[in-house]
Amino acid sequence: MTAVDDRPTTEVGTARVRKEDQRLITGRTKWTDNIQLPGMLHLAMVRSPFAHANIGAIDTTAAQDAEGVVAVFTGKDLADDQGVNINAWPITPDQLTPTHLPVAVERVACAGEIVAVVVARSAAAARDAAELVDVEWAELPAVLDLKEAAADAVLAHPDLGTNKSALWRLDSAEQGSGGDVDEAIAKARESGIVIEREYRQQRLIPAFMEPRSTVVDPTGEQLVVWSSTQVPHILRFALAATTGVPESKIRVIAPDVGGGFGGKLQTTPEEFATFAVARRLGKPCKYTETRSETMISCHHGRDQWQKLTLSAEKDGTVTGLKVELLADLGAYVAIVGGGVPVLGAWMFNSIYKFPAYQFNCQTVLTNKTWVDAYRGAGRPEATFAIERMMDELAAEVGADPIAIREKNWITHEEFPFTTVAGMTYDSGNYEAATAKALELFGYDELREEQRRRRESGDPVQLGIGVSTFTEMCGLAPSRVLGSLSYGAGGWESASIRMLATGTVEVVSGATPHGQGHETAWSQIVADRLGVPFENVEVLHGDTQVAPKGLDTYGSRSLVVGGEAIVRAADKVIEKARPIAAHLLEASVDDIEFESGRFTVKGTDQGMGLTDLALAAFTCHNFPEGVEPNLDADATYDPVAFSFPHGTHLCAMEVDTETGATTMRKYVCVDDIGTIINPLIVEGQVHGGLVQGIAQALWEEAVFDDQGTLVSGSFVDYTLPTSADTISFVTDHTSSPSTTNTLGTKGVGEAGTIASTPAVVNAVVDAIRHLGIDDIQMPCTPERVWRAIQSAGESSGGSVPEQAQEHFAAGGLNQDPGAGSPEPPTASTTAGENA
Amino acid sequence: MTRISVKVDGVRYSDDVEPRTLLVHYLRETLGKVGTVVGCDTSNCGACTVHVDGRSVKSCNMLAVQADGREVTTIEGIATDGGLHPMQQAFHECHALQCGYCTPGMIMQAIDLVGENPDASEEEIREGMEGNLCRCTGYQNIVRAVQQAAGVMAGQAASSSQAGE
Repeated sequence: MTAVDDRPTTEVGTARVRKEDQRLITGRTKWTDNIQLPGMLHLAMVRSPFAHANIGAIDTTAAQDAEGVVAVFTGKDLADDQGVNINAWPITPDQLTPTHLPVAVERVACAGEIVAVVVARSAAAARDAAELVDVEWAELPAVLDLKEAAADAVLAHPDLGTNKSALWRLDSAEQGSGGDVDEAIAKARESGIVIEREYRQQRLIPAFMEPRSTVVDPTGEQLVVWSSTQVPHILRFALAATTGVPESKIRVIAPDVGGGFGGKLQTTPEEFATFAVARRLGKPCKYTETRSETMISCHHGRDQWQKLTLSAEKDGTVTGLKVELLADLGAYVAIVGGGVPVLGAWMFNSIYKFPAYQFNCQTVLTNKTWVDAYRGAGRPEATFAIERMMDELAAEVGADPIAIREKNWITHEEFPFTTVAGMTYDSGNYEAATAKALELFGYDELREEQRRRRESGDPVQLGIGVSTFTEMCGLAPSRVLGSLSYGAGGWESASIRMLATGTVEVVSGATPHGQGHETAWSQIVADRLGVPFENVEVLHGDTQVAPKGLDTYGSRSLVVGGEAIVRAADKVIEKARPIAAHLLEASVDDIEFESGRFTVKGTDQGMGLTDLALAAFTCHNFPEGVEPNLDADATYDPVAFSFPHGTHLCAMEVDTETGATTMRKYVCVDDIGTIINPLIVEGQVHGGLVQGIAQALWEEAVFDDQGTLVSGSFVDYTLPTSADTISFVTDHTSSPSTTNTLGTKGVGEAGTIASTPAVVNAVVDAIRHLGIDDIQMPCTPERVWRAIQSAGESSGGSVPEQAQEHFAAGGLNQDPGAGSPEPPTASTTAGENA
Repeated sequence: MTRISVKVDGVRYSDDVEPRTLLVHYLRETLGKVGTVVGCDTSNCGACTVHVDGRSVKSCNMLAVQADGREVTTIEGIATDGGLHPMQQAFHECHALQCGYCTPGMIMQAIDLVGENPDASEEEIREGMEGNLCRCTGYQNIVRAVQQAAGVMAGQAASSSQAGE
């Protein structure tokens, strides 16, 4: 082994720059759309412009005749072998799950559904010809609004008889993890505090930067599928399970994948359609979507109404929480669609010691794009609601929002702590994270400034938002997932191969799409096996290279996949130990392993692990009955979730005259246990924060009353830019997890989960003195301005009549949506980006 | 079809293109310059940013025929003598990328920005990079990388002008 003087003593905890970067910064990245195969054909999709319609005759003759067109397939043509897009988590035994065909045959249930596929020699020729496909549509009434859908007046799927898909409940009294929530609320109505609120989780679009792309090559022996997916293993399973092609004949490769955020945690109609067409034609086929197609046909996220009833004693001690969710599934129950809001069931109680709790979730079908996991998946929604409620409670009691949380949270001496929802948190220290955050933020000074601005009637008011969150990472354990009818396990797999020349191959079943697994896994293995960081090669994302895996989502890769790697490494060491004893002519009991070297206890004799790898390769001198290789596999089924937590503090300035909001300062202190690579962690936190802040302030998927997605491009769906955001202060405390060897917790979603309520709490805090206790997300300047106006008192004084003239009804140049007292319309909300 | 002559990453090409072909499609599909990518269809994301005659251009927003007689530089043409461009190096060192899809466009835009304004403040960098979207990084490390590279590029400019004297 080569010794390098400046090598860190441990790799874990070192801010290594990423191995992945070289190809990404030089344009050598392997995106799916970069793949060109000899004779490859290109696909274009014919999509429904209607939210709900029966499909009549489809005339494909003009398209078939167009130059360069090889074939046109309708849903009927592909019906026998196209497979089906599965729901893998029926949340109740009687869940209504409409069949989701990749290419619709008789009826479409949302705009953007595919009804025909055009195959041509180039993508441009395919798209041109797709315009020539003539579909006879018979429009059906569409149900778009979530609450209207729950009333069943118009049906998203008439044959189902109702839009209600499933009702899922957790009750602390019923399951024995707490008291009766209705009793707690009744008691509080008499002698305590009851806070009732309804919050809207608007619909979001994951909006990963790389549009999805799929290439399928039927080689004769195999069907090789490249896809821009987070879940190659699950895609392989779903293709095999529903198309009749043997799993052993399908190889799925996720090459470099340009972001996912849950949006590529799906088996898509486009993947299935490309697979079906390539099989039919026996030719390699590629489909790459346009951004506009991504926006309408990639699953959306969030979309809930949250009704909350919180009971407390007069001093602010919470006695109960009741949650009633309406969750929009969109047109189909996507792969874990119904399960996403249910994940919130264990999170509404968050870091608090509530004695009674009930969670009800009604999932509802509508004629809109289907909804599934988006960064945080169920936990951001829950965290938003409870952190907003804790601020409301603080306001009601007249206490500081930090103090009200302190009164109710689990103290660090109380871990492990089993919550009212029945989840056992292994470790945490909310006091430490909060103390550090308050100090970094300058909380008292900012409160003082807020007071000054209030007193002076400053038109720009300051608000401070608090979010003390926890979340759960790494779906686990498998038997619990089974009891919830989740269709897969929660395990992860790893293999380590010791190569003869001293380098190490690590195979991981967790498939990254930007996280930096290659770097982090190398650090873990370098420490565990005592080999140089550079000598570790991480392989992933190809079912032929990494045959077993459950992929990357839910902040599971490190806490589950990382532990599998640790266990595989430990097996390598144990496998090598008797060989070392044999070669060192010592008893196995006397062999010790440290920093990559086996030594004989009490002697200076020893040899390196990599020397043993060479000895295994040559196999010239091997102990009897010992297998001549050091390679090892491990499959790890986690014993529990991990529970990162943190305290996020946000200061927002709100211009009471215009409604414009400006972020002044954002501090977060996250406790994610042991940190493998601080650089990667910081990046995850930054990116997560901006996605959560974007939900609070800017983003919303808006459909018009015809069911057309009007925020259907980057013009109208307002992703934040560098000019919209600020630099954040990020720091950490550490309470290592007790349920995995390295003490790690997940970090991929923390920023997104925590930041949304911090921002909205800050905006509301800035104008609460005007009589405002909520602003619906996204808190656009218009919504903030309207809230201030409807509260009846603007601290900026009355607005002169002339200034309104431009917007007066009947006036010139008026924005049709701007003058009405109704909730803001799509055209006015979606285009704003403060 | 229209014949265009264009120099891309130092190599001269002459090709027949459909007049409607976008520059980015010419780069990717005709020349195989797949380092430059497409992220949207409305010129919002900037993932396809390249340099045309030394200035940043969203290559989805320009026809290939408009590049006739001009010089195009892509992410694949900025490393010299096997060494990374200071902006590439800074993106690597500052962890200014995660999935990396926006990165080629970000780097090309950042080089142009620093060329225009070598002493850009954080605010000027944030405004100068506004036309390039990133969904992973939250921009903070991108801003840091641009600041770091600006320092290195200023140093290089100083030493090369000294060498020229």
